[in-house]
Amino acid sequence: MHELSITRNIVAIVEEAARGRRVRRVTLEVGELSGVVSDAIAFCFDVVIAGTALEGATLEIRRIEGRARCASCGSEFATATLFASCACGSCRLTRLEGAELNVKSMELLEAA
Amino acid sequence: MCGHCGCGSNAGTTVLNLETGTETVMQRGLPSHSHDHDHPHDHDHPHDHAQGHSYFHNHDHRRDHADHNDSHASAEGALVELETRILAKNDALAERNRAWFQGREILALNLVSSPGAGKTSLLERTIRDLRQELRLYIIEGDQATAFDGERIRAAGAPAVQVNTGSCCHLEADMVARGLQELRPSAGSIVMIENVGNLVCPALFDLGERAKVVILSVTEGDDKPLKYPHMFRAADLMILNKIDLLPHVDFDVSRAITNAAQVNPAITALELSARTGEGLDGWYTWLRREAAAVRGAVFS
Repeated sequence: MHELSITRNIVAIVEEAARGRRVRRVTLEVGELSGVVSDAIAFCFDVVIAGTALEGATLEIRRIEGRARCASCGSEFATATLFASCACGSCRLTRLEGAELNVKSMELLEAA
Repeated sequence: MCGHCGCGSNAGTTVLNLETGTETVMQRGLPSHSHDHDHPHDHDHPHDHAQGHSYFHNHDHRRDHADHNDSHASAEGALVELETRILAKNDALAERNRAWFQGREILALNLVSSPGAGKTSLLERTIRDLRQELRLYIIEGDQATAFDGERIRAAGAPAVQVNTGSCCHLEADMVARGLQELRPSAGSIVMIENVGNLVCPALFDLGERAKVVILSVTEGDDKPLKYPHMFRAADLMILNKIDLLPHVDFDVSRAITNAAQVNPAITALELSARTGEGLDGWYTWLRREAAAVRGAVFS
């Protein structure tokens, strides 16, 4: 259940940036190839934020589709797995997008 | 105990130095303990700051970014762009570990597998076979017990047992703390035996030169496809327990094909830590990696 560790990291990042101010919304970017389950983060989030500056905050998760470039023929395509093959038959792929695991932004309860 | 952040002793990480018998409870850096709710145990914790400015301190390195980001906040109102990688802190600590290893010409390997694939048995055998030739140090990660650490010590290598408590993988700060206890010598090899788990350890860089994934033939040959993150992150796949091949349906060539589909660059070795068959290939790989580390510092 690495999502608990991940969620603790998220809350620590936001809480530190908020410096005592209350947070009402947190926006994440989670790539489909990141190895992290968004639902599990959402589940952990409500538990981890209790008693922090994020208590009561809503969580928005922006999913980012996986994209890869074939090292053999150079074509780019969307992929939902790490072991896709290119139409040309090669499985030497460079991941372009989908590995993201970012805290995009936070919204404070009152204007700074 | 603080129920919010899991800093209670039941969930905490402990580091047991098997040479001295000293056990310490780690004060994890995550999450920041700045919350202002009732926290009667706060002052019982020894603070990391007391350690001074040793290499292995656990101070937070994100403050600069936070200050920077706040300047946007005052201009734009309540929305604050953070654009921070969630694992930035672990990755930064892992890079410190990596630099520490490199500067000392230490080969650091992160051994990962399912529970029961034979990580500890392989290490025991390796220590017994190579201890006259190579200096080996072991960091043992498990959720609980020092059983594996004791086995390693009995085999003849200095070992530190990290018990992660509720955590299902090792993180870079745990390894840094383990190194502080272990103090591996220059030119040695540090084997980090991760918690038995093919999922989470793929995400957490520890500062190792390479991940070695161990797959035993009593598991399925489709595991590289079922756990692609781990097999993609590994440089070497060891197929262990090949002495049992006559009794199981495991197809070695299919396992290697599956691993190559996820990670075309992966190297595969077949061996039995129990009978010793195939160990030469593993020892050759170890010697070559250790030599590469020794040559790389100033090049």
